[in-house]
Amino acid sequence: MPRIVGIDLGTTNSLVAYMKDGKPCVIPGRTGRAMVPSVVALTDNGLIVGDSAKEHLTRSPERTVYSVKRFMGKGLADVQNELAYFPYSLTERGGVIRITLGEKSYSPPQISAMILKELKQRAEAHLGESITKTVITVPAYFNDSQRQATKDAGLIAGLEVLRIINEPTAASLAYGLQNKTQGTIAVYDFGGGTFDISILKLKNGIFEVLATNGDTHLGGDDLDRRIADLFLDEIRTAAHLDLSTYPDYMQAVRLEAERAKVRLSDELKTQIAIELPDGKGRYTRELTRDQLESMVMDIIERTLIPCRLALKDAELMPAQIDEVVLVGGSTRMPLVRQRVQELFDKQPHCDINPDEVVALGAAVQADILSGGTTDMLLLDVTPLSLGIETMGGVMSSLIRRNTTIPASAKELFTTYVDGQTGVDIHILQGERELVKDNRSLARFRLKVPPLPAGVPRIEVTFLLDANGILNVTASDMRTGQRQSIDVKPSYGLSDNEVEQMIEDSFKFAQEDVAARKLIEARLDAEALIVTTEKSLSEGARLVAQDMLAAIREALTALTAAKGGTDPKAIRARMADLEQTAKPLSVTLLDDSLKRSLQGKKVTDIT
Amino acid sequence: MDQHHTHNTGSRDLRMARSMCWHCQSEMSGEYFCERCVKVQPVSKETDYFTCFGLPRRLTIDLKKLEAKFYEMSRAFHPDFYQNKSETEQTISLGNAATLNTAYRTLRDPIQRAEYLLDLEAGSVKDIRTSPPSDLFEEILELQETVEAYRASDRTSETGRRLLTQLVAERQALDQRKQDMEHHLQQICTDWDALQDRGEATSQARTERDRLLKQMREILSNRTYVKNIVNDLAATIG
Repeated sequence: MPRIVGIDLGTTNSLVAYMKDGKPCVIPGRTGRAMVPSVVALTDNGLIVGDSAKEHLTRSPERTVYSVKRFMGKGLADVQNELAYFPYSLTERGGVIRITLGEKSYSPPQISAMILKELKQRAEAHLGESITKTVITVPAYFNDSQRQATKDAGLIAGLEVLRIINEPTAASLAYGLQNKTQGTIAVYDFGGGTFDISILKLKNGIFEVLATNGDTHLGGDDLDRRIADLFLDEIRTAAHLDLSTYPDYMQAVRLEAERAKVRLSDELKTQIAIELPDGKGRYTRELTRDQLESMVMDIIERTLIPCRLALKDAELMPAQIDEVVLVGGSTRMPLVRQRVQELFDKQPHCDINPDEVVALGAAVQADILSGGTTDMLLLDVTPLSLGIETMGGVMSSLIRRNTTIPASAKELFTTYVDGQTGVDIHILQGERELVKDNRSLARFRLKVPPLPAGVPRIEVTFLLDANGILNVTASDMRTGQRQSIDVKPSYGLSDNEVEQMIEDSFKFAQEDVAARKLIEARLDAEALIVTTEKSLSEGARLVAQDMLAAIREALTALTAAKGGTDPKAIRARMADLEQTAKPLSVTLLDDSLKRSLQGKKVTDIT
Repeated sequence: MDQHHTHNTGSRDLRMARSMCWHCQSEMSGEYFCERCVKVQPVSKETDYFTCFGLPRRLTIDLKKLEAKFYEMSRAFHPDFYQNKSETEQTISLGNAATLNTAYRTLRDPIQRAEYLLDLEAGSVKDIRTSPPSDLFEEILELQETVEAYRASDRTSETGRRLLTQLVAERQALDQRKQDMEHHLQQICTDWDALQDRGEATSQARTERDRLLKQMREILSNRTYVKNIVNDLAATIG
């Protein structure tokens, strides 16, 4: 069985992890950091992902996509009231949001696929083997369309998604493996864009989810917006400046708000400084933790509602929870910890890094699927009730929320009119009574043989698989014949579209590789230029003038090559520069060694 | 056990031949795995949930044992453990796991368990009551009037507050009644189990059996009715 990796495809950051000698570990990138910012930017040299793309947030905001997870499995109408916050342009086609980058538009799964590809390459470089299979995590409260979109993203990235697993339950796997915990635990997962609560029973290696609840549109992003709105208001009043017409400054404000929030988790107050355009100077202010907390209190309180609902569904009192586990970057906020502690009346756990724990859990699940770990089994639930539309626009529930998956329900259909040849079926997800208040998942037309009314008997099976994704099959009870069903998703890519995107992704793979080589060469060149300039300023007095001139010449040549589009030329000039500057670096090294040895006796050295 | 087994509830009745292993065609004697080729076998659609867990058709169940059996069978059927197997085996594992989950959910809950048994024994589709049970008739009628008055009233006024207090008390009374019904049901369940344990095939036993099933059906439908009223009431008064 080829290796399966675990991926946490986050709103703000993404990570890839694998199981090494019975322990999950995250895979670092070239810089040693495991987190890849979930940001994709279109540059003049093509698409870039991660840390380097994040730099483009303020440089070319309209061509830099962040928080794409908020758009997965959504239509434009779903995000109407937050469109103003995003500097890039969003449209819709066939019920799916499209993000415009330059001349092309991309669906959220395609953007997510770029992040997944980055993680895939990272894992391949680290493990020295090709990676084609993965487990990807999603918020527990993701509906069918959002899960399907995540699966599509994997396919487009050339990854077979063997399992979609819920983030809080993934975290519980990582904790369970580490602590051999038994009993009832609550996982409070407050991430960049989503909030989940899952209540589980852990017994002899079985992780049984009792109830789950959440809000797929509640996260650190919302906290940042609250802070950013304060800054924007004050800038408007004090400097008479409306920054909303400056997308780049809007991003700078957003990033400063995020940084301030992070700092205030450790400090009681922090200084804010934002450069303003048009010679309006700087905006500065002090922000205290108290101020921040009173500003976002209602958002934190909103996370407690799903917690109470989940407890109710699990038929448990807060005191019956043995342990509380914190997951997600937003749980670093002291106020969040305090409120969680008050609700459950116990000190929450956070001994595994909340940024990494979900990816680690995904790696554990990957190991279970590949047959490595055999003593652990996760029994998860569907977060939302599944049903069909009945007479009068009412939803009839077939599979209740918090039902253990896989779960199935059968429904018998017949006709009302003689010779009727089809029955239209509308599948929904949600807890409300009326169809219009629930999420439309898909529609399909059941084919029926032309017979007198009431005679045909078609049994439709709705099966939620272990991923929480719906599969529909039908069979004619009279003939026993199975019928294939062409389900049209309400908010998702059709199979044909996904295939086209996979094809495109392969077609462009060659171009992608070339673009990537250029980008990497430029980044490496940039790093070399910086270190060489530093060496020059430190060691100019230690080497001969002609050598200095030679180094400067090689530097200029590299800078010129970096401006071009040939990665080979860049690499060649880099080699030249390294060669030319070698005596300088050797001299500098000797010099620093000599200095560090000064004043020491020979005996100390040996 | 089920002397006159007459149920006819559609889907569950689709008969499927399952005497041979789908893979090696040898005679099946093992429960869920072929004894010769060790391949997983689909749980037959004829298998009821009690049989599925190897339990007799009784209404008193040791929940700890049921859970242990559920976990054990989950380890045998869950799709996680079939990732390296053939597509057929994966499909069977998925179907079996779904059936197992439904079976566990049904048997775990005493009300659903009784409803299911009633369905098996007496072939009833759930009796949905649209009018109140006779002994509740007056009370429900009065309650509906109070609800209407409350809805029409100014909630902050003296009348509004008085009606609310009245409704809260009414809800408590109905909750109590629901609990009494559940208690009564439990008694009938015990009687049912005792009757089954005696295993008599006399006409007297048959009459007793029918009487218990009838009572079960009545209590279950009355309970559902009261439960819905309580839920509606809760939604109105918050």
